[in-house]
Amino acid sequence: MDELQQVRNFILKNFLFSEDEGSLSNEGSLIASGAIDSTGVLELIMFIEETFQIKVDEEEMIPDNLDSVEKIIAYVHRKSVSKG
Amino acid sequence: MCGIAGTAGRFANDDSIKTVMRSMIETLHHRGPDGYGFFYDSGIAFAHARLAIIDLQTGDQPISNEDGSVTVIFNGEIFNFVELRAELERAGHRFSTRSDTEVIVHLYEDHGLEFVQRLNGQFAIALWDARLRRLILARDRVGIRPMFYSVVRGRIWFASEIKALLAALPEIGRLDPFGVTQALTFWSPVDPATAFQGVESLPAGTVLEFREGQPVQIQRFWDWDFADESEDPEPDVDAIAAELRELLIDSVRLQLRADVPVGAYLSGGLDSSGIVSLIRSFTSAPLRTFSIAFEDSEFDESEHQRAMVDYLRTDHTTVRCENLDIGRAFPRLVYHAETPLVRTGPVPLMLLSARVRAEGYKVVLTGEGADEVFAGYDIFKEAKIRRFCARQPDSKMRSSLLRRLYPYLASSPVASAAFAKTFFSQGMEFIARPIFAHVPRWNTSRRACNFLSDEWRSATSKWDPLSWMDSQLPARVAQWSPLGRDQYVEAKTLLAGYLLSSQGDRVAMANSVEGRFPYLDHRVVEYAARLPSRLKLRVLQEKHILRLAFRGLLPDEILQRGKQPYRAPDSKCFFQGGQALDYVEDLLSAQRIRSAGYFDASSVGRLVDKCRAGRAVGFADNQAFVGILSTMVIDELFVRRNQSMGSVPPNWTD
Repeated sequence: MDELQQVRNFILKNFLFSEDEGSLSNEGSLIASGAIDSTGVLELIMFIEETFQIKVDEEEMIPDNLDSVEKIIAYVHRKSVSKG
Repeated sequence: MCGIAGTAGRFANDDSIKTVMRSMIETLHHRGPDGYGFFYDSGIAFAHARLAIIDLQTGDQPISNEDGSVTVIFNGEIFNFVELRAELERAGHRFSTRSDTEVIVHLYEDHGLEFVQRLNGQFAIALWDARLRRLILARDRVGIRPMFYSVVRGRIWFASEIKALLAALPEIGRLDPFGVTQALTFWSPVDPATAFQGVESLPAGTVLEFREGQPVQIQRFWDWDFADESEDPEPDVDAIAAELRELLIDSVRLQLRADVPVGAYLSGGLDSSGIVSLIRSFTSAPLRTFSIAFEDSEFDESEHQRAMVDYLRTDHTTVRCENLDIGRAFPRLVYHAETPLVRTGPVPLMLLSARVRAEGYKVVLTGEGADEVFAGYDIFKEAKIRRFCARQPDSKMRSSLLRRLYPYLASSPVASAAFAKTFFSQGMEFIARPIFAHVPRWNTSRRACNFLSDEWRSATSKWDPLSWMDSQLPARVAQWSPLGRDQYVEAKTLLAGYLLSSQGDRVAMANSVEGRFPYLDHRVVEYAARLPSRLKLRVLQEKHILRLAFRGLLPDEILQRGKQPYRAPDSKCFFQGGQALDYVEDLLSAQRIRSAGYFDASSVGRLVDKCRAGRAVGFADNQAFVGILSTMVIDELFVRRNQSMGSVPPNWTD
């Protein structure tokens, strides 16, 4: 499974409790759409760290890195490159 | 304290009405195990279950006036009955009992419907005026004692709990999608709504009048009323603190009135410690205190409780609550609460009242109400910061204030500052509306509504909870200070609907224990409501004036301690070793969810999986889980009417 689908599956199952792919867009804000709430951010960070074997630093815990499927993928790519 | 039930209208006064009244009052046996009383006359029937606290010998109800034209049954206490009785005797009334109930009868004779204004107490009253052939129902100012009613085919039925109405009226046992949606959003249905179709809750501070052939009339006799925003003179803080202390001393003195011993709850926080210190310092009542301790350290306050017990030298009992105790006793809680619940917090209090009763106590004083009256909750601070941020949205310093909130949460919503700012800046479009403070809380809670079935979702799709709540508020709310508005909404939702009900009256009465709340003496409520906001919430210190009123009575560590809201563990209580408790497995199975029809079976299944795996850490998931489970327990107990589940003892093991 590619990274995009892994992230989408996690958000669908874990926050939206749904299998309906149409209920989650890649570009929309997860917070504004109500997909994740405040503690959801912590769950999301744990998922990213476990799944992609990266460490999310405190200063990186910002909406610009984490507030949409696209932003998460871009962030994970940047981290993986810098790590590699 | 007691349970009451009855009916008025056109009906045959024969054996069948007696059978119905008996079946109603027997469902309220836990509220009044010390005996039943009945009253029948043309077009009226009353039933009463008594918990004897005042006038153990002659206090049986119903009680009538000298010529039998006015008859009353009542649940609660009139704390100023001694003063009222003296006044009524001077006016020529003759009393045949020593009870507080009898003052209601004579006050009504003299003042008509205005009689409620004279009462200092917590009450749900039913009064029959045979001359005018009218039934009066009255409920106390803030909603401490419950009163439900149904009007069916021109006849009114009322009772302390809905289960008594269901016993008489099989046709009303259906869940109401609006009532359930309110419970999932606001934590309880808001008066007059209930979770059941055709059942209404008489709003706190109102009087209902019923005459056969006429529509029910409801009049408000009291409401919370806060200081206007402009009204903010330079206060004499020391004088106010001294005056407040005197008022609290008098409230405690009145509320200790009972012909049985009175105990107190001690949570380790400012509010309950304050009450216990007032009992210690200003009365000769013996000090017997009770508290809850949790297995889970995130929720436990035993260290602070022990410090207070040592300081105040009370005879103290602690009930230790383990997670599984909560899961196992939950159906019994729902049986008593009769509403969907989004938190498990009432369960430990139900286990605590069982212990209180086992130790021989029927009455306890608690610190409930102080957080509403003196602005103790984080929601008030959060709203103050959000209003402050709104004036300078780009200020980093201002939003960093948000990190000072919620230091006690293991999974804090403000763990990440950038996100905290994003979350708390949501709902800024509501800034001019009185529900502004509550929007974040309700938006979290209402995520549970995403689990509703398509049918229930479409039934409620046109109903917007935020606009609806706005429409329920009195016009003068706009003149109050922002804090006053926040306090009003809190008093009408969480306090009346949940804390005094599911987590108050119901869990105490489940074990025949009466709670009393000195901070909710209406004189205290009225006094505090008129104080300038900054005496309640001073910068970010909550309950500032109350801390000043307790100076010298409590140790500094308690006076300075920040608020730790009472909470209990949630979804984790319903799983053991990766397995759901048997009844949970059964009620949340896809088949059972589908046949009930309230929720969507597959999304509920995914939520249960998440909780089972221990991955549900946030409020939204936990509240949704508890909300769904409690709704399904109600379905089992009151819709399907399989009540074996709710009567299980608290130590029941499956």
